[in-house]
Amino acid sequence: MTRYIRHAAVFCALLLASLLANAARIQVVQAGSYDDNPANRRQTIARYHEPRGDILVGGRPVTGSRDSGGQLRYERSYENGPLYAPVTGFASQLYGTTFLEHAEDDVLSGTDPMLSPFPLWNDLTRARADGGDVVTTLDRGAQQAAYEGLGARKGAVAAIEPSTGRILALVSTPSYDPAVLSGNGSAVKRSWSRLIGDRDKPMLNRAARQTYPPGSTFKVVTAAAALDAGVITDLDEPTDSPAPYTLPGTTTSLTNEGEGCEDAPLRAAFEWSCNTVFAKLGADVGVADMTATAQGFGFNDTALRIPFSVARSTFDTSVDRAQLALSSIGQYNTRATPLQMAMVSAAVANGGQLRAPYLVERTTTDAGATLATAGSRPVRQVMRPSTAVRMKELMEGVVTEGTGGNAAIPGARVGGKTGTAQHGIGNAGVPYAWFVSWAQAEDDMEPKVAVAVVVEDGSADRGEISGGGVAAPIARAVMEAVLTS
Amino acid sequence: MINAGTTVAQAKAPASAVRLPRRRGIELALIVLAVLLCVYGYCAVGLARNGTVPPGAAGYGAGLGVLAFLAHCAVRLRAPDADPLPLPIAVLLNGLGLVLIYRLDLETPGDEAAPTQLVWSTVGVTLFILVVVLLRDHRVLQRYAYVCVVTALGLLTLPILFPAVNGARIWVRIAGFSIQPGEFAKVLLAVFFAAYLAANRNALAYAGRRVWKFRRLQLPTGRVLGPIVTIWLLSVGVLVLERDLGTSLLFFGLFVVLLYVATGRTGWIAVGLLLASLGAVAVGWLEPHVHSRVEDWLHPFASIEAGQGPNQLAQSLFSFATGGILGTGLGLGHSILIGFAAKSDFVLATAGEELGLAGLSAIFLLYGLLVERGYRAGLAQRDPFGRLLAVGLASILALQVFVIAGGVTGLIPLTGMAMPFLAQGGSSVVTNWAIVALLIRVSDSARGQYDGKAAP
Repeated sequence: MTRYIRHAAVFCALLLASLLANAARIQVVQAGSYDDNPANRRQTIARYHEPRGDILVGGRPVTGSRDSGGQLRYERSYENGPLYAPVTGFASQLYGTTFLEHAEDDVLSGTDPMLSPFPLWNDLTRARADGGDVVTTLDRGAQQAAYEGLGARKGAVAAIEPSTGRILALVSTPSYDPAVLSGNGSAVKRSWSRLIGDRDKPMLNRAARQTYPPGSTFKVVTAAAALDAGVITDLDEPTDSPAPYTLPGTTTSLTNEGEGCEDAPLRAAFEWSCNTVFAKLGADVGVADMTATAQGFGFNDTALRIPFSVARSTFDTSVDRAQLALSSIGQYNTRATPLQMAMVSAAVANGGQLRAPYLVERTTTDAGATLATAGSRPVRQVMRPSTAVRMKELMEGVVTEGTGGNAAIPGARVGGKTGTAQHGIGNAGVPYAWFVSWAQAEDDMEPKVAVAVVVEDGSADRGEISGGGVAAPIARAVMEAVLTS
Repeated sequence: MINAGTTVAQAKAPASAVRLPRRRGIELALIVLAVLLCVYGYCAVGLARNGTVPPGAAGYGAGLGVLAFLAHCAVRLRAPDADPLPLPIAVLLNGLGLVLIYRLDLETPGDEAAPTQLVWSTVGVTLFILVVVLLRDHRVLQRYAYVCVVTALGLLTLPILFPAVNGARIWVRIAGFSIQPGEFAKVLLAVFFAAYLAANRNALAYAGRRVWKFRRLQLPTGRVLGPIVTIWLLSVGVLVLERDLGTSLLFFGLFVVLLYVATGRTGWIAVGLLLASLGAVAVGWLEPHVHSRVEDWLHPFASIEAGQGPNQLAQSLFSFATGGILGTGLGLGHSILIGFAAKSDFVLATAGEELGLAGLSAIFLLYGLLVERGYRAGLAQRDPFGRLLAVGLASILALQVFVIAGGVTGLIPLTGMAMPFLAQGGSSVVTNWAIVALLIRVSDSARGQYDGKAAP
């Protein structure tokens, strides 16, 4: 019997050995794939176990964390949620993260390797560092002024510091409070379906993620291209353009809103926003030069990150001369985000140099030690410096003499350009009112701020005036806020 | 477990004046170590969760310590020659189980299982002491073989009168207490199998017709084989009715192992495996409950792909994977995600997640050591009934550990069963203490009668 007992014992030993081998297979060999299975809640639980780092505006946090006591423990709270929503985005247990909450998630949630005391330290100890903070470039006053200026209207504002590319304001209305999406209760689901179903799309970031036909504000690009290409050499020389202007190769004739555009010199045409003059100018400059200038300003760029991605602004490059003429006055397939138009204005204000815009000044640890700074941003010479000087002159003329009088700030140099963009089938939609501008206080060396404002329900009646009437006062409020801060 | 070397040493030892050291002091030292380890684990849970030593730590340590000490005293007084290892191993596993259940209780406020488990552990240790004190000689049990089997069948059939719980009809609820009578039945059946096979092993091995051309396979007469197969079929039939396949598999394995050890006929294993596969296929085909278990085993993530979230087995695999080599630390895992069976069938997942492969291997080796000591008691014993009883009891532990641990780690299809000593479940704890008590009793008599010669 002894022999058989030994055999049975060997059998039991084999059972044990297979258990050990199988445990090693799961816990060592296959552990990684199980850990990363999206149905495994552990990473989510770990993610919400500690309070999230904060997003700072003007040195103070606009976000917070609330201990819910639940399994996904810390929920995000927001101060002035609707005001900063286009910047912060939301951080939701159920619906993930957007915008800065998404782009800087590694820092905010504490998984960024830079947050651990030593390389691989956190992997070894299974610890998760305290969430770091994200310091934004926003100017509290400018953001507030833009938000209040838009008020109940649908629209967006983007403001940039021309010399650096720092984004000073990024506002979109109507907005929403991201706080209603944090947590994972049924109230969050209700809020989500309400926001998703809202016809006004409050979660759409109109300043960076929505493109509009830029209308007459695009004439800044066309004028710069014409000056750079040498098509115009004297701002006050007649341009030899008819009114109405028959689009090349077609029988369609283009008219103006106002009188006096026939043969108008560039300065007057810019101040009074003559469609005929700029359509012909675009056609005269040609596709190659128009494209080069537009792309210099940032059109057709899909790679722009601020650090979240920005919708691509378009300037169609495969066009005939008639389409080019329309493109050059901001119609046809030309579309731009408000941020893109702020970049156009900033490039003019900054002597023809464009700095890539950015929203994050630096990231820090929980204790305030710097992790990363924005560093120097790439610079692009968009137009010749001499062209930029003349463009500034033209834009200042719009505010002092032309359609942009509402943007004038006493004691400051202000340049601007109004725009009203027709859209919809047969231009049936209510036009968009645009205003792009920059401002420089008298005792400043250089322009401090460039702004683009778009209001979706600008009045259809008075063409150019609506850009000046609806959008310009908002731009002025933002510029004043920056200049006085 | 293979101790060829020891046998040679024993064979060479002088025939007289040999007395094995009793090693009761070592047993006591190991018990103290086991209790301290458990108290440390209990404190670690509290420190990890709340930053403080849990208020019940002293009481828990004292309770476990007193129980273990009383059990030690019983062994010292009434089984002084017994193997010193099984008791400390049982104390450590039971204490660790209490720690794990206490730790899981923190996740389910309002549904605390640890206090109840402590009560059942007390009952179990009391039963252990009673068996060690009252059962002077294991051979007494041989006389009650048929009483045992009738009681076992009675216990197995009892739950049919009660409503099913979670698909299995294995519970009896009386006055707020749930008892799983099948747990007790396995010890009684082991006693019966051992007694019956000890009495009839020669008839089973050598009598009967020879089938097959070259007389390789020899069937015993129906008169000898009949009763035991009948009993086995009855118990398995009852279990299929009650849908408790883990226990069914356990009985079957126990039957085959004991039959092989008693007769030494490899043919039994072949027949056993054949019967087992036929039974498994038939049951898997006919019984939807079993069929779904097999499907889950083959495709543990099917429910995730179907968008219904992970099932228990998938959650269990996630738990083990999270543990990795060193574990997350006691109190710091999320095995509660497994759901309602986290404290019972899936308690091993908590050990795997929070103690890691290192802790899990330690637990497996503790079970392995316990089984090995059981087999060793069987080897050292002279009396065939005692040998078969020790082997049977040790095999119950080994098979049960394999069936449940293999189930929750995806090695074999999952069958509901309790991890011995570790899992929540009163009947299981009490039964396992009884098993350890009987092993102590057999090893005491084996080592007490040791005369320096190897067993035949």
